[in-house]
Amino acid sequence: MTPLAREGGIALIVLALLLGAPALFSSPAFEDFIIRLSALALFASSLNLLVGASGMISFGHGMFYGFGAYAFALLMQRTALSLLPAFLLTLGLTALAALLVGGVCIRLKTIYFAFVTLAIQMLFYSVIISWESLTGGDQGLRGGIPRRVIAGLDINHQRHLYQVCALLLVVGLFAMRHITASPFGMTLRMIRDNEARAAFLGIPLWRPKLAVFVLAAVFAALGGVLASLFVSGAYPELADWPISGQAIFAVMLGGIESFLGPLAGSAILLALNDIFTRITEYHGLVQGGVILLFALGLRRGVLDFLRRDRARGEAASR
Amino acid sequence: MKLEVRHLTKRFGGVAAIDDVTLAFPSGSLSAVIGPNGAGKSTFFNLISGAIRADGGHVLIDGEDITAHGQAAIVRRGLGRAFQVARFFPTMTVRENLMAAVAAHRGQWGDLMRRFPPPGASPRAREIAAMLGLADSSDRVAATLSHGDQKLLDIALALALEPKILLLDEPTAGMGPEERARMIDRVQHVWSEQKLTLVFIEHDMDIVFRIAERIAVLCYGRLLAAGTPAAIRGDPAVIAAYLGTEVLAP
Ligand SMILES: Nc1ncnc2c1ncn2[C@@H]1O[C@H](COP(=O)(O)OP(=O)(O)OP(=O)(O)O)[C@@H](O)[C@H]1O
Ligand SMILES: [Mg+2]
Repeated sequence: MTPLAREGGIALIVLALLLGAPALFSSPAFEDFIIRLSALALFASSLNLLVGASGMISFGHGMFYGFGAYAFALLMQRTALSLLPAFLLTLGLTALAALLVGGVCIRLKTIYFAFVTLAIQMLFYSVIISWESLTGGDQGLRGGIPRRVIAGLDINHQRHLYQVCALLLVVGLFAMRHITASPFGMTLRMIRDNEARAAFLGIPLWRPKLAVFVLAAVFAALGGVLASLFVSGAYPELADWPISGQAIFAVMLGGIESFLGPLAGSAILLALNDIFTRITEYHGLVQGGVILLFALGLRRGVLDFLRRDRARGEAASR
Repeated sequence: MKLEVRHLTKRFGGVAAIDDVTLAFPSGSLSAVIGPNGAGKSTFFNLISGAIRADGGHVLIDGEDITAHGQAAIVRRGLGRAFQVARFFPTMTVRENLMAAVAAHRGQWGDLMRRFPPPGASPRAREIAAMLGLADSSDRVAATLSHGDQKLLDIALALALEPKILLLDEPTAGMGPEERARMIDRVQHVWSEQKLTLVFIEHDMDIVFRIAERIAVLCYGRLLAAGTPAAIRGDPAVIAAYLGTEVLAP
């Protein structure tokens, strides 16, 4: 079996399990968790297209998550477009925005790239705050999202939103997996491993770099759209710099070397958040402490740690 | 292909690292560039390969001026190079390194429609690995290779481009005598097999005088002399500035 067929099969099975789960046990808490996880996991995995796959560390990736949420909410509130066209147009607009931002950033070296992306996100955030007539300023876009019916699914129902989120999560992750496993994905890895060598194999570096920057932004916006559906609007927090930090946390926590690392990291982050907000008001502090323990204890993401451990076990038993 | 430089000049700050060098490497020749540390040998290669821009002069491949071209264009024109400090993709296996280089050479680096490796990359990678004696290490992660094999891998990556001109910056740097001999065997083998125009930088004078057809001597960025090993051996300026007397006695 080819890897493509195998991974496609796994994706279908996981999707079937997710979609079938409510028939077996009805748990609003579980569905709510998957809905929130889908947004964060798509966002964190998209960041890992830059960080893990290409070695481009962005501190401002959250701007595209926020951009997706705002663009989608605005299109739904201000135009007569139905759900699917608004969704696709949001992704297209994000790609355009990423083309502009990427055009400025991708030629910068490591630390400058990181900080310029962060600076642009801060700029974007302050535009959202000050352009009140369009964005609602610091109050965000209220008033809900109208026309929430797609293909017979009414997204006002948590169950239906859950199904849409599960579908987009699996399809989005599968698409990103395919990108990293394609010849293009290998080119990104060459750039990450040794940029000068890649350049001297005839690869015009800026093209794959810009391409992956735009792709990552589009997948981040996909997460943003789900977040917008979940909160029924858009809020400045979705575009603020701590949201970039959350994705970085999720990536570091889960592991940058494993494709599913960011998914695992997102799940851990959300679970920690849920547990600690229930038992203590200092949840931020406790959560930070736990993350620090992970980082210092494992010195890498959880999945990377498990994989490396297994590899070592296999080597020892040989 | 014939490689030529005319009045090539590069200054770093006020210092000329390459100073008005004019030199030709005939098609299919095997030439060495020698000179003391800091003579400008690596800079010379960097200029030819488009890694840095010249302040003056021209680089020509088969008479065509490539001075203003970017690295990617120069690669497409048929020039490959390996580096003084081996450059490769450390997290990939040897095979993956080579398949990725082959894919890049075939213009498939942006392919999103299929899985890696693209068809045909694997047999070609095997061929290249065999040519350099890396076949047994194909499945090893490049970072774990010995120093000598890493240098070979760097050269193998250059060969994936099917170059007509190959520049090797100190292929034997940091090697023991046995590894050195193996490397030089490989280099000679590749040169005769592929009918390349090959230029290498080397500090080991035994190797240089044994295998090079032509030798160019750089010193403080200037071309001190260029010619056959016999001519270089007898050149008073070279003896005074660089060789000393010990190589005079054969
Ligand atoms: N990028 C650079 N910026 C500034 N100076 C440089 C640069 N590259 C080389 N130089 C200087 O140019 C001179 C020539 O350096 P180069 O590396 O070409 O010497 P080399 O002949 O290859 O020496 P070695 O045998 O030690 O490799 C040196 O004085 C070096 O310090
Ligand atoms: Mg050098």
